[in-house]
Amino acid sequence: MNLWGDLVGAVRDVLPIAATILLFQVAVIRRPLPHPGRLLRGLVLVIAGMALFLRGLELALFPVGELMAAQLTGPRFIPAGARPWDYHWVYLFAFSLGFATTLAEPALIAVALKAREISGGAIHDWGLRLAVSLGVALGLTLGVYRIVTGTGLAVFIVGGYVLVLLQTALAPRMIVGLAYDSGGVTTSTVTVPLVTALGLGLARSVPGRDVLVDGFGLIAFASLFPIMTVLGYAQLVEIFARFRGE
Amino acid sequence: MDLAPVLVVIVVFQVGVVHQPLPDLFGLLGGVGLTVLGLTFFVLGLEQALFPLGESMAYAFARKGSLTWLLLFAFCLGFATTVAEPALVAVADQAAKVAADGGMIDADPRSKARYALGLRLTVALAVGVALVIGVIRIVRGWPLHRLMILGYLAVMTVTWFAPEEIIGIAYDSGGVTTSTITVPLVTALGVGLAHSIRGRNPLVDGFGLIAFASLTPMVFVMIYGILTI
Repeated sequence: MNLWGDLVGAVRDVLPIAATILLFQVAVIRRPLPHPGRLLRGLVLVIAGMALFLRGLELALFPVGELMAAQLTGPRFIPAGARPWDYHWVYLFAFSLGFATTLAEPALIAVALKAREISGGAIHDWGLRLAVSLGVALGLTLGVYRIVTGTGLAVFIVGGYVLVLLQTALAPRMIVGLAYDSGGVTTSTVTVPLVTALGLGLARSVPGRDVLVDGFGLIAFASLFPIMTVLGYAQLVEIFARFRGE
Repeated sequence: MDLAPVLVVIVVFQVGVVHQPLPDLFGLLGGVGLTVLGLTFFVLGLEQALFPLGESMAYAFARKGSLTWLLLFAFCLGFATTVAEPALVAVADQAAKVAADGGMIDADPRSKARYALGLRLTVALAVGVALVIGVIRIVRGWPLHRLMILGYLAVMTVTWFAPEEIIGIAYDSGGVTTSTITVPLVTALGVGLAHSIRGRNPLVDGFGLIAFASLTPMVFVMIYGILTI
């Protein structure tokens, strides 16, 4: 694959979005398109951006993610017959990676600002972003621990669901939609490839792990834990508010 | 902005913990440069062209008042944004590579490409269905948590029957679907709808579309796994 191939691929990928909106605009809304020139310019930018992004990903981020995972799980860090605790640098790396990537996630910033606007300031955008970032960091750390120990993915996820449902029953109702949404918001175009590479590299390095069974699943943790931390954040805010009220 | 904290983490760990210089520094920097440039172009293009258009259409449909067209639009929007999602493209390719290594599919490029495309179409279909359900919920005012409980039960049930190899990919695809392109579009759609329908609270009813879009792909991909084996 070269850059030209990426470009052709990007054109093919953006076409469905443009086609959907055009079709509904012309057939259902029946009004001429506003600013056709700006629209075309934006479309060209989207296509060029996607081609460059995919190329850069293949060149840099995927190899680096796998390399870091390989180095941190290599024999210099992990002696033969290591116990789960000997992987502590990997846990710390997963935690920092999750926290850093999520805090800078533009989709999360957008949702947090929207939530502050709609709630009239009751939900603080920085509080929400920190809660989500903490959730992703905790989720990734536990997800990495799962790959190291080889526990089944379904056990953790089902357990997480039960916890989320319990918290949903206790949390203030207005936060529920936002909390569930923040699970999906967390994982950006940058986080996903890095985290996937970390999982696959780790599953390759830890003895006795099947890449297909154990390598995936980190994103699932990164999507589940923010729901818990955001629900928890809302409960804390409510408890503090009640405390101050009395 | 999106990449700065990631780079800090990688450099600190590489120099401070691993005690090694970064290998192939120029290739790495070049690749990161391309990614940043690409993402900047991408977001700039979306904000200039697709976001305002998508948002204005969400409001136009809400004003038009035809549920059928609204649902059809929601489905198409979910399907189209997800098929074009770069993160999903990346993960589908990785999944195909791993599936070929594991002997689940043939190792030639053609069957790998077909597997990756099949995965992408499955996830896109799931997101389309999710937005339809989510929009019906906003219009009818159903409580979100009941539908989420039903969804979780569906995930658990299908997990029971799905082949073990697909479970990780399926759970991951739930989180992958909703990133930089989809989230602002879909949030604008939900909040716009909740604003324009009387008796709906934008905070309580407007959010939640993304939650569905993260849930249904898990179920659909596991069914894809059951069917392709």
